[in-house]
Amino acid sequence: MLQHFGKFLLFITSLFSRGESPRILFNRTIDEAILIGINSILIVAIVATFIGAVTCVQIAYNLNNAFIPRSTIGFMVREMTILELAPTITSIVLAGKVGSSIAGGLGTMQITEQVDALEVMGINSASYLVLPKIVASLLVFPMLVILSMFLSIAGGYVAGTLSGELTAQEYITGIRDEFIFYNIVFALIKSFVFAFLISSISSYRGYFTSGGALEVGAASTTAVTNSIIAVLIADFVLAQVLL
Amino acid sequence: MIEIHNIHKSFGGKKVLDGVSGVFETGKTNLLLGASGTGKSVLLKCIVGLVKPDLGSVTFDGTYFTNNKLDIRQEIRRKIGMLFQGSALFDSMNVEQNIDFPLKMLTDMSRSERMDRVNFCLQRVGLENANHKMPSELSGGMKKRVGIARAIAPHCTYLFCDEPNSGLDPQTSIKIDELIKEITEEYGITTIIVTHDMNSVIEIGEKIMFLYEGKKLWEGTNNEIMDTSVPELKEFIFANRLMRNAKKMEDEEREEQQEQEKQEQKQL
Repeated sequence: MLQHFGKFLLFITSLFSRGESPRILFNRTIDEAILIGINSILIVAIVATFIGAVTCVQIAYNLNNAFIPRSTIGFMVREMTILELAPTITSIVLAGKVGSSIAGGLGTMQITEQVDALEVMGINSASYLVLPKIVASLLVFPMLVILSMFLSIAGGYVAGTLSGELTAQEYITGIRDEFIFYNIVFALIKSFVFAFLISSISSYRGYFTSGGALEVGAASTTAVTNSIIAVLIADFVLAQVLL
Repeated sequence: MIEIHNIHKSFGGKKVLDGVSGVFETGKTNLLLGASGTGKSVLLKCIVGLVKPDLGSVTFDGTYFTNNKLDIRQEIRRKIGMLFQGSALFDSMNVEQNIDFPLKMLTDMSRSERMDRVNFCLQRVGLENANHKMPSELSGGMKKRVGIARAIAPHCTYLFCDEPNSGLDPQTSIKIDELIKEITEEYGITTIIVTHDMNSVIEIGEKIMFLYEGKKLWEGTNNEIMDTSVPELKEFIFANRLMRNAKKMEDEEREEQQEQEKQEQKQL
């Protein structure tokens, strides 16, 4: 465990030594951002919308006290979405989609000697391949989390009003009630941290793959499980420290 | 010229290279010969710097490479072209982009200059009009050719080939061998080929180094190798029936010739 952690730190340090020109890194980052971002929009949208809808319906089911206003449902959907569901669930979904893709891609490049080919050319393969993925994740994850927040709250609105649990006016009143802007900032800080953890852990697992196709599959699986565990631990630590 | 001196390498206590020294000459196809697991590929990786030797040094045209300053190692690396066993073409790029890649990364050439060079290299390896094909659309032999084109594109001074014939049919193998030899002579580069293919040895082995259990056991040319007295090398060369029969026929021919000469001398 400690050995892996030390190796991981050295790996992260190596990303910043003998890097390529800013122009090349910029182009690579844009390419990676398109791959990571655009290809993840659909899954993030589906998951966020349904989670918002389910949250709304389940809160309505539990809040059947006549003394609690129905607008509380909207308020709770908003708070749960912004503080926890949008950043954490989106990151867990992305750990599965993006993390496995990063680890699988790098693992395949490693076992087919494409990484060696870069090194022989005098290119820092870690910097060239991994740094743009991490930077792209740092750029794209917060955007996806904001999209997820919006769609989740919208999902709650659609589910709540269509099922007749509350009126549109009640829901909107709820989501505007006692709004704290810091919660958005907190969610974005979480998304930055999760983006770094998922992209770096998955890259580390993929980059150090050796063997054959079986090992690439194993690296992808390990990357996803390690990333999810890291996200959950970081989620707890950030909540303790920043709230 | 590449010189290696007393290269040692172990992995997890297992000695893979045990004090290998030698010289690889410029303008010649230098072969690293040996059975699987004798440390040929590890030695090649030690030379190009992909694996750091535990002990020993590598010198490129008099410039010390192992453990030298990073910028000097980088400078040497930029003169290296390498053909990998599985070709190692970048999957996400087409043929043109693969060959253009080292030019884009390592040179200041303009796009039109780079495209001229790409087309020249493709023409040189006999793959005109394959620019827009993806690696997955290429045969094994074509992938090797693209690999060679990518290696020579940035005007490399040293060419390394790790088992260039693996997975190829005998005819294509010979074509690839000939191509490497032609390129070596044409551009006056230092080429090192890792192989266990006896056809390559006979066809292009201008200088051969035989490795056995991590040690250099024999050094010579393709003309000398058949007459070796090293038992391990003999065992390696004559492992297949074709080579044994060829040797037998050669020995019989030689004996007949000697007997004929004796008889002629007697008659005289």
